[in-house]
Amino acid sequence: MGIRERLSGNEAAATAMKQINPDVVAAFPITPSTEIPQYFSTFVDNGVVDTEFIAVEGEHSAMSACIGAEAAGARAMTATSANGLSFMWEMIYIASSLRLPIVMSLVNRAVSGPLNIHCDHSDAMGVRDSGWIMLFSETNQEAYDNLLMAHRIAENKNVMLPLMVCQDGFITSHAIENIILEKDDEVKKFVGTYNPEHYLLNPDEPIAVGPLDLQGFLFEHKAQQNEAMKAAKQVILDVAADFEKWTGRKYGLFEKYKLDDAEIAIVCMNSTAGTTKFVVDQLREKGIKAGLLKIRVFRPFPTEEIAQALSHLKAVAVLDKADSLNAAGGALYEDVASAMYQSGAQVPLVNYVYGIGGRDTRADEIESVYNDLLDIKYAGKVDDPYRYLGLRREGDK
Amino acid sequence: MSDLLEIRWHGRGGQGAKTASLLLADAAFNTGKYIQGFPEYGPERMGAPITAYNRISSTPIRLHSNIYYPDYVVVVDDTLLDSVDVTAGLKESGAIVINTTKSGDELRKHLKGYKGGVYTIDARRISEEALGRYFPNVPMLAAIVKVTGLMPEDDFVKDMEGSFKHKFAKKPEVIDGNMQALKQALKEVKKV
Repeated sequence: MGIRERLSGNEAAATAMKQINPDVVAAFPITPSTEIPQYFSTFVDNGVVDTEFIAVEGEHSAMSACIGAEAAGARAMTATSANGLSFMWEMIYIASSLRLPIVMSLVNRAVSGPLNIHCDHSDAMGVRDSGWIMLFSETNQEAYDNLLMAHRIAENKNVMLPLMVCQDGFITSHAIENIILEKDDEVKKFVGTYNPEHYLLNPDEPIAVGPLDLQGFLFEHKAQQNEAMKAAKQVILDVAADFEKWTGRKYGLFEKYKLDDAEIAIVCMNSTAGTTKFVVDQLREKGIKAGLLKIRVFRPFPTEEIAQALSHLKAVAVLDKADSLNAAGGALYEDVASAMYQSGAQVPLVNYVYGIGGRDTRADEIESVYNDLLDIKYAGKVDDPYRYLGLRREGDK
Repeated sequence: MSDLLEIRWHGRGGQGAKTASLLLADAAFNTGKYIQGFPEYGPERMGAPITAYNRISSTPIRLHSNIYYPDYVVVVDDTLLDSVDVTAGLKESGAIVINTTKSGDELRKHLKGYKGGVYTIDARRISEEALGRYFPNVPMLAAIVKVTGLMPEDDFVKDMEGSFKHKFAKKPEVIDGNMQALKQALKEVKKV
């Protein structure tokens, strides 16, 4: 039986890290993820974990320290947001290409500029092609659960990729909500110990890590990273099945909410999915067949599965909490659109960029998207697929 | 059927409105409810207007937006009445609770014709008498618990005593004062 508690999303992430008790945590504070290393350093100081906590002077060093630790054969974790992740960027690619299963808690925040500390997904979208597994979390519970599953996925022999668990800055990171925690000893048993196959501190197998890799091999190494990413999909499902057996909480590549008999649906990630569920329930009471597909696993992107889950719909809206500034559409929209095209599914698709820089997204705005989808359903086509939701225009208050 | 209760707090940075919303979430959690307690962060500094929110329900809460149509509003500082639209969206079936010494008639001039319940409490005097300092959040917390009837008063008092013992483990000298402020506020909050 789990333990009924109430925690903020940051407290939930820090609690997961405490229970995982990694060998190394290296982090630098940045809003809104600051509390995670702050709480964790308290655990270190109080002796409830035996982690080596490295208080580095910046995020580039935080990721470098995690890389060093993982290469040595240790289990390493970090937490960051927005410009902290930007500052890590060079090392983010090195972590994934060296096949080091580092786990990061990313508390999503707008990347400057101008300076903004609030939630959007521009930080995560900036590293979507960096070779990290990316899990998104609607609630504090999902942020906690995803972290408990993270190492089993990342450290799987067929995967060996770093993994980040995303949650919405402030919206979930700083909101106190109910949560079910698992017992320390059970978490320890589920997560298990890390036994790397190859590592620098193994005197029986001298290896080099990160040497020059030119025309002869880099291409093949990149293809191997992609093979690992493909393999991760099944591993994520296997770990989720074990997790469900243990906790009763069910996870997949994505969550279908009243989707199977729906005619219109929204695709989105993180906390907005909760507000969307609330709206779906209201619309269902009015007899409108609305549904939701909430992305949990954004990398690897479950292309065939998503296309299949959406193929019966009359109209679909994809919500992006980051603008790609490409005059074409948001990142999630483009991924969903290409999945649909590849599968031959002829479903009108529309994109809404929303919630930039912490702009609050209200239930009535989500409802307006479903109303637009009803129009699209009757028209059978979309003339202007790249739209904004909640954007103030000239003359608005 | 959902029994979702939504509360919006208006205060000034440093007065503890955020802490009060988190304590209210705690108290409701301890009665077995589903809760949310969250602040709306802006460019925070002492004295600037801040907003915090609570949702309380007997079923899981999925909404993750701010609160636009609250059942109750708590105003921790009556100087906000001139600068913040405190009754925006406030349901007339609900009420507003204001920390003030002003009369009901005087307050209504600032409340844009709000027809729901108006409650007042002099949290400054209560806090200064009990603690010797001005911390309005604990009296306001007690006032909103009383006005909403969220839980039996005895349970609330007992629960908060436990919370304060935990929260002020390193400052036990303030526990009695806070408990006194809490009990006094339960007695004094009044409909005007």
